[in-house]
Amino acid sequence: MSKYYLGVDLGSTTSKAVIINEQDEIIGRGITNTRANYAVAADIARDEAIYNARFSVLKKKLEAEMKAKPEYHKYITDLESVFQYEQFKVRLDKLGEELLKTCYTFFKEEKRREEILNHLRNIRKAFKPKIKHEYLFKNLGAKNQFFRDIVSERYNEEVNKLDLSLFEPLMTVWDKSISPAENERVQFDFEELIHKAMDELKDKYKNLPDTAAEDTSVNFDAEINLLKGKFDHVSESLREHIDEIAAIEFNIENMTGTGYGRALLPFPQECIRSEILCHAFGAHAVFPETRTVLDIGGQDTKAIQVDKYGLVTSFQMNDRCAAGCGRYLGYIADEMSISLNELGPMAMQAEKEVTICSTCTVFAGAELRELTNLGEKRADILGGLHKAIIMRAMSLIARSGGVFNEFTFTGGVARNQAVIKYLTQLVKENYGDNIRINIHTDSIFMGALGGAMFARRNILTNLPDEKKSKEITIE
Amino acid sequence: MSNPQEAIKEKSMIIQKEMLGNLFTELSTAKENGKKVVYTFVPGNLTELILALDMLPVYPEINALQSGMRKKSGSYIKDAEKIGFSEDVCTYVKCDIGMMLNGNIGPTGEKLPDPDMLLLSYTGCFTFLKWFENLERLFPGVEIAMLHTPYQEDGRITDDQVNYMVKQLKEEVIPKMEKVAGKKMDYNRLSKMLANSAKSEDLWVKVLESAKNVPSPIDSYFAGVYYMGPLNTAFRGTDMALQYYQELFNEVDDRLKKGLLPINPEGEMKKERYRLVVEGPPNWTNFREFWKIFYDMGAVIVASTYTKVGGVYDRGFRHEPEKPLESLSKYCMGCYTNLNLEQRVDLIEHYIKEYKADGFLINSIKSCNSFSAGQLLMMREIEQRCGVPVGFIESDLVDPRYFSYANIKNRLESYFQMLEQRKIIMSQEATV
Repeated sequence: MSKYYLGVDLGSTTSKAVIINEQDEIIGRGITNTRANYAVAADIARDEAIYNARFSVLKKKLEAEMKAKPEYHKYITDLESVFQYEQFKVRLDKLGEELLKTCYTFFKEEKRREEILNHLRNIRKAFKPKIKHEYLFKNLGAKNQFFRDIVSERYNEEVNKLDLSLFEPLMTVWDKSISPAENERVQFDFEELIHKAMDELKDKYKNLPDTAAEDTSVNFDAEINLLKGKFDHVSESLREHIDEIAAIEFNIENMTGTGYGRALLPFPQECIRSEILCHAFGAHAVFPETRTVLDIGGQDTKAIQVDKYGLVTSFQMNDRCAAGCGRYLGYIADEMSISLNELGPMAMQAEKEVTICSTCTVFAGAELRELTNLGEKRADILGGLHKAIIMRAMSLIARSGGVFNEFTFTGGVARNQAVIKYLTQLVKENYGDNIRINIHTDSIFMGALGGAMFARRNILTNLPDEKKSKEITIE
Repeated sequence: MSNPQEAIKEKSMIIQKEMLGNLFTELSTAKENGKKVVYTFVPGNLTELILALDMLPVYPEINALQSGMRKKSGSYIKDAEKIGFSEDVCTYVKCDIGMMLNGNIGPTGEKLPDPDMLLLSYTGCFTFLKWFENLERLFPGVEIAMLHTPYQEDGRITDDQVNYMVKQLKEEVIPKMEKVAGKKMDYNRLSKMLANSAKSEDLWVKVLESAKNVPSPIDSYFAGVYYMGPLNTAFRGTDMALQYYQELFNEVDDRLKKGLLPINPEGEMKKERYRLVVEGPPNWTNFREFWKIFYDMGAVIVASTYTKVGGVYDRGFRHEPEKPLESLSKYCMGCYTNLNLEQRVDLIEHYIKEYKADGFLINSIKSCNSFSAGQLLMMREIEQRCGVPVGFIESDLVDPRYFSYANIKNRLESYFQMLEQRKIIMSQEATV
C-alpha cells in the first residue's frame, strides 16, 4: 500500500495542508482561512488536502486517457469544482441555521424578528443560486477557497441593496453567526458528495444551451462542446474509477505540524516543528541550490539562511510590527475597496512608485487616503506600497546576512506579481544580476511541504515533552 | 508561563540575600547614622574607594532591574514619561527616575537615602552622563565627580591612558570623595580591600570556568547574574564578598564532583541538551519566564558577555593591592562594554571554542546602545568564524511593553530546533 505524509502549516491568516507521496511529490493541497478554532482550521485544511489527493490520484491514473480524450479532462475538472460546491453547500446550510438561531436569540420582539427573518430568507434566496452558478460555470472554487470570504462578499452585496436602517441588525446577525458556522468541523462523506456532484453535472450538461449565449467566451464553448451529447457515456465510463478513488484509504504514515499556531495543533509534541525550519526545508527541497529564503506570510516576514543540507544557519523575523506582511496588503485592499487578488495586477499598472511609509499599516491607510486626495493614481500608490513592502523585507534580509545564491521566495505574498517585480528589482540592484530568484507556484504551501518532508524523513524534533502526546488518528 | 511556586535557592543565594537585606537596611538608616551615600554605576565601579572612605554605594541600574523583577518598572517608566521622558530613552533611566518620583523606595520596600555624591566612573555609556545630569536636577547641590574612562578604540589599554586616569583619580575624584566623606583616604585599608577583591575574583573565575565541563554544573547567564552580584556591586573588597565566593565555589565544586547539572527555580536540570553563549543583558520584567524557556529545552548558557559588565576577570584582569589606582583605572577601562567590537567578537569566539558551545544567541535590548550597537555585525562574524548556528531575539531591560512572550518563545523554539536538526544531520554526515 502506498504511504503518504502530511504537513500542516497553521499560519496567522491561512492554514495549509500538503500531502506528499514517498517520492516527495505533492499529491494533495488544502487551504482555508485560519479561524478562532485552530484545530478546525487544521482539520479543514487536511480534509481538503485529502480530497485533493483523491483527485490527484484519479488524474494520475487517467493521465493517458485524459490526454487522448479532452472531454475526460473537462469532466474531471468540472467534477472537482462541483465537488467543492457540494462541500460549500453543506457549510452554507449550517450558516443558514446559525443565522436563524441568532435571530431568535437576538430579537426578542416578534414583529422585528419576523422582519429580519424575512430579509435573511430573501438574502439567502438571492445569493445561493448565484454562488452555485459561479461554482458550476465560472470555477469559483479555483479562485477562492475561503468560505467566509465567498459568503460575506455576497451577503454584504445583498445587505447593501436594502434600506440603510437594516444594515446594523443584519450585520450583527452575520457577525454572531459566521464564527460558529465556520468553527464547526463538518464531516463529509467523500463518496456521497462525489455522487451528488456527478448528478449535479448531469443537470449542468443536460441543460446546455444548443447555441452559445452571447456572454460566453469561445474558449468556454469549445470546452463545453466536448461534452455535449457525450456526457452520459463519459460519466458512466469514469464512474468506476471515481468509485475506486473514493474507496482509497489514505494511509498517513507520519505528519508534522508547523506555523504560528502549531502549539495548539492536536498533534503529539514530537510532530510539531518550527515554521522557520519547515519553510527553509521545503524551499531547499524544491530548489536544492537555495541558500537564502525570504518568506512573507500573513503576519511574519522571515529571512532565512540555509546551508547545503537545507539546515537553517540563521534567521531574522520582524519583531513588534507586522507592517509589510500579508495582513498589510489585506488592510490596504479593504481601504481601497478592492479584493486582495486585484492589488498585484493594479500595482503592475503603476507608471511610478509613490513613496509610502511602511512602518505602520494603519498609517499607510491614512497616507493612502491623503495621496488619493492629492490626485495620485491608485496604481501608482499601489506600486509604492508594494515597493515599500519589499524595502522592509530587504532590510530584514540584510540583517540576516544578505542574499546568497540561490534565493527562494515563499509564502502567500509570493503569489503577488507586483511584489515579485519589486523584489526582483531590489535583489538585483543590491546583490547583483547573478542571483537566481526562485518562486514556485506552490509558494504558499512551502511550509506545509517542508513539514510533510520532515515527516517522511521521520526526523523527530526530539525535544522534551511539554504537553502529553495525544493519540491522533487520520481518516 | 512562570509558576507562582517559590524558587529553589542555593545556600550562596541565601547568603547574598542577607547581604543585600543588610545593605538596604543600612542605607535606610544612613542619614540617622551620619553615613554618606554615593550613587554610582556598575560598569567600572570604584566600590573599594567608596567603602574605604566608609561611605555607602547605591547603584541605580541595580535598583531599576530589581524594580523590573518586582513588576514595578512599568508604572515607574510611565511616571517618567509623564514628566517628559521620551519613549526612546533608556528604560533603566526612566525606571530609576520614576522610582525617585515615587519617594525613592528601594527594592526591599525601605526608603533609599538621597545621594551625597554622584560618582560617574564609567563614561563608555553616554546615557550615564545624562542620567546623572537628571539626578543632579532632582538633588540640587549634590557633589559630582566624573572620571573619564577612555574607550578601548585600538583594542588595548596604553600607559598614557592609565596615567590619565590615575591623574584624574588623584587630583579630582578622590579629593572630592574625601571632602564628602569628611576623611582622608586610608591607602592601607584600600590595599587590603583590593587584595580581598583579587581573591574573590580568583574564585569567581573558577566558578565561571566550571562551565567548561560537559555537562556544565552552572548556568552562566541566568544564574550568573546572581553569582556576579556581590563582585559587581556594594561588596567587592569586603570579607563578606570573599566568604560568599568561597561558599559559591564550594557549592559549584561539589556539584561538579557529583556530576550535578545547573539549578533553576524549579529544581535541578536533568539533561544538558544545548550549550549556548549569550550576548546582551537579560530581560528583567519576565526574567523567570525567559529563563524557563531555556531550561525547559535543556539549554544551558555556558558563557555570557553580560556577566562581564563588571569586569572581564576570566581574561586575566585582577585588582592589585600594590598598585591600587593603576589597577582601578585598568579595571574601569577593561569592562566588557568598554571593549571595541573586535575585542568583543574575539572574546565571544574564545567562549564558543573554550566552552564547547553549540550555538550563539543575542538578546538585543531596545534600551541599551552600549550593548546593542554592532550586534548584527558580531553575529555575522561569529557565524563565519565558528560555524555555529546563531540566533537573535529582541526584548528590553525593564520596560514590560517590549517583552513579547509569544514572539520570543516562537523564535527560541525555532532556534533550538535548528540546533537539534543540525546535531542530527551532522551526526548522520559523520557516520557516512
